[in-house]
Amino acid sequence: MDLKEKIIASHIAFENKTNVKSDVINKIRTKAFQHFETVGFPSKKMEAWKYTSLNSVLKQDYSLFPEEDVTVNLSEVKKYFIHDIDTYKIVFIDGKYSSFLSETTHDKMDICLLSSALAKSKYSAVIENYFNKIANQDNLTALNTAFANEGAYIHIPKNVEVEKPIQIINFITGSKSATMMQPRNLIVVEQNAHVQIIERHQSLTDNNVLTNSVTEIFADRHSTVDYYKIQNDTKTASLVDNTFIEQQSNTECSVHTFSFGGNITRNNLNFYQKGEHIDSILKGITLIEGKQHVDHNTLVHHIEPNCESHQDYKGIFDERSTGVFNGKVIVEKEAQKTNAYQQNNNVLISDNATINAKPQLEIFADDVKCSHGCTIGQLDEDGLFYMQQRGIPKKEAKALLMYAFSNTVLESVKIPELQQRINRIIAKKLGVNLGFDL
Amino acid sequence: MLHIQNLHASIDDKEILKGIDLNVKAGEVHAIMGPNGAGKSTMANIIAGKEEYEITQGNITLEGEDISELAPEERAHKGVFLSFQYPVEIPGVTVTNFIKTAINETRKAKGLEDMPAKDMLKMIREKAALLEMDRKFLSRSLNQGFSGGEKKRNEIFQMAMLEPKLAILDETDSGLDIDALRIVANGVNKLKSKNNAVIVITHYQRLLDYIKPDFVHVLYDGKIVKSGDASLALELEEKGYDWIKKELA
Ligand SMILES: Nc1ncnc2c1ncn2[C@@H]1O[C@H](COP(=O)(O)OP(=O)(O)OP(=O)(O)O)[C@@H](O)[C@H]1O
Ligand SMILES: [Mg+2]
Repeated sequence: MDLKEKIIASHIAFENKTNVKSDVINKIRTKAFQHFETVGFPSKKMEAWKYTSLNSVLKQDYSLFPEEDVTVNLSEVKKYFIHDIDTYKIVFIDGKYSSFLSETTHDKMDICLLSSALAKSKYSAVIENYFNKIANQDNLTALNTAFANEGAYIHIPKNVEVEKPIQIINFITGSKSATMMQPRNLIVVEQNAHVQIIERHQSLTDNNVLTNSVTEIFADRHSTVDYYKIQNDTKTASLVDNTFIEQQSNTECSVHTFSFGGNITRNNLNFYQKGEHIDSILKGITLIEGKQHVDHNTLVHHIEPNCESHQDYKGIFDERSTGVFNGKVIVEKEAQKTNAYQQNNNVLISDNATINAKPQLEIFADDVKCSHGCTIGQLDEDGLFYMQQRGIPKKEAKALLMYAFSNTVLESVKIPELQQRINRIIAKKLGVNLGFDL
Repeated sequence: MLHIQNLHASIDDKEILKGIDLNVKAGEVHAIMGPNGAGKSTMANIIAGKEEYEITQGNITLEGEDISELAPEERAHKGVFLSFQYPVEIPGVTVTNFIKTAINETRKAKGLEDMPAKDMLKMIREKAALLEMDRKFLSRSLNQGFSGGEKKRNEIFQMAMLEPKLAILDETDSGLDIDALRIVANGVNKLKSKNNAVIVITHYQRLLDYIKPDFVHVLYDGKIVKSGDASLALELEEKGYDWIKKELA
């Protein structure tokens, strides 16, 4: 039985176990299930998957719904948290909520679980209004929708500025076998509210892991959402991250994606601008080696006038690693005075590393400013010589240059402790100790 | 201190240095002049250890030790400093962090502990004051968006911090306004002692009015074709290079 058949066969058992109150939602899920039954998994024949093959990953015999309750010690996993500041935490172990590791709230806002929001009628109104409203019908998103049950549910009402960041962490213990996970996050940020979120998927096993995650984010007028994804997983963990963001007028939403490790990582990041004076910020640093693969597939859909988007992706590829950047910007006819900026710079450290970069601009308005730049190069030899001349050894000089290269992304991280953490992860990966954080 | 003997160097099979001999003793200032493209920067880069050039003949010794096989940072640790004709921009690394790293890496190479933060700060303040550098400068990204003159001043600031044995200044005067030239030259003079040496590469006499050379050499087509005292620079300023070319012909 291949993975698709196995998933289909498991559906009835899954439905019997889950507790979703709303008929509206149940209908959506059934439809999504039928859709997945028809289309199955994406293949390399599809344009959007030309450079990323899931074949090797889909061949594994995954356990789909881990049954056992597994506990992990805080001391073992503490390092995966940003633990030097106070935060809300929504933590899952093998897809099950860990109240022990979490810190949720229902005080003035809801920072809790999707499963409980789906099960209780008092949340129905919000759920029915937003669930699956912007997630697309692609293969993997549909699959996630069909099995959507658990994940983070975050609802920030009007004028609430959440005083500390929220961490969403999915641990996978997978001690017995390969594991497939399908977390689903719903984030609704009302007018003039402000929230910062850090998301991480972390495997604690050498067994194979496949995570197919979907996150929907709704930003109502004058709200601000800063979202950070830390992708620094083990070499046997693969991730398909599907994130959809809808922005109303006068909102600023940013997503920073730090891809430092994993087996195959595919980021489908979609922004839809449904108002005026919107700023969408998409930034990323990819720093990988070995045979790791990171694919950034972004979409910014400019629908209304007077909006901006800023994309800045930096990639550093060593050994046999591979990268893909596929950045699509659509500017509709009505979206006059759009300012869309896209930058993708790559450094290949080794001759065996590759990057496929493809910007796609579809512009139907005439009064717009769109710029895109894509570079693929080696580390700047003159820069290296300059630093070495001042007594900095080659390894440290290279590290400094890589920091310098990725700095435009790092400097816009708004949580200082997170910025420091990212700095340290980079330093550790490069095997240097520079004695300071940049 | 520095002995260069019959140095030949090429890049992509093109010979650029065609047999250079140069002896620089501690306490001396040597000026190197010569037309564009003669090989002055190439010579400076090769002394500092730039790897893209191939040394085909000859050798370079520093205080009796052959340094021609050493990595650039190893030469730096032995006291070689090159003020670049075109300093490189390093966005995201502040002037302060860069110089701290440079100093502590140099100390590490000598088996010393990091310089205590307090001492480092004090030294940075002193040297910045010596070069009349604005404090704000120190927290900017290295050379990024610096004006031509600011870059050069920052090079000499780094030289002041690192206190090299042998400093090679490659057209440090170009880009400096009249006041900055005086400040920078003063800085260099303050650092001069009987234990170190300076090689000044320049096109103009004006820098040599401040930094008085003991010897002036003319580098032409990859060779030192004429050497003399400070008066040679004045003669070049007046007459250009044609008379030398004629002499050679
Ligand atoms: N990396 C290189 N690749 C190819 N040619 C080079 C390289 N470096 C130097 N050259 C050539 O070697 C010659 C000497 O260059 P160099 O920069 O040393 O001259 P210079 O005397 O410093 O001139 P200037 O006064 O203009 O600074 C020039 O013809 C230059 O084009
Ligand atoms: Mg030159």
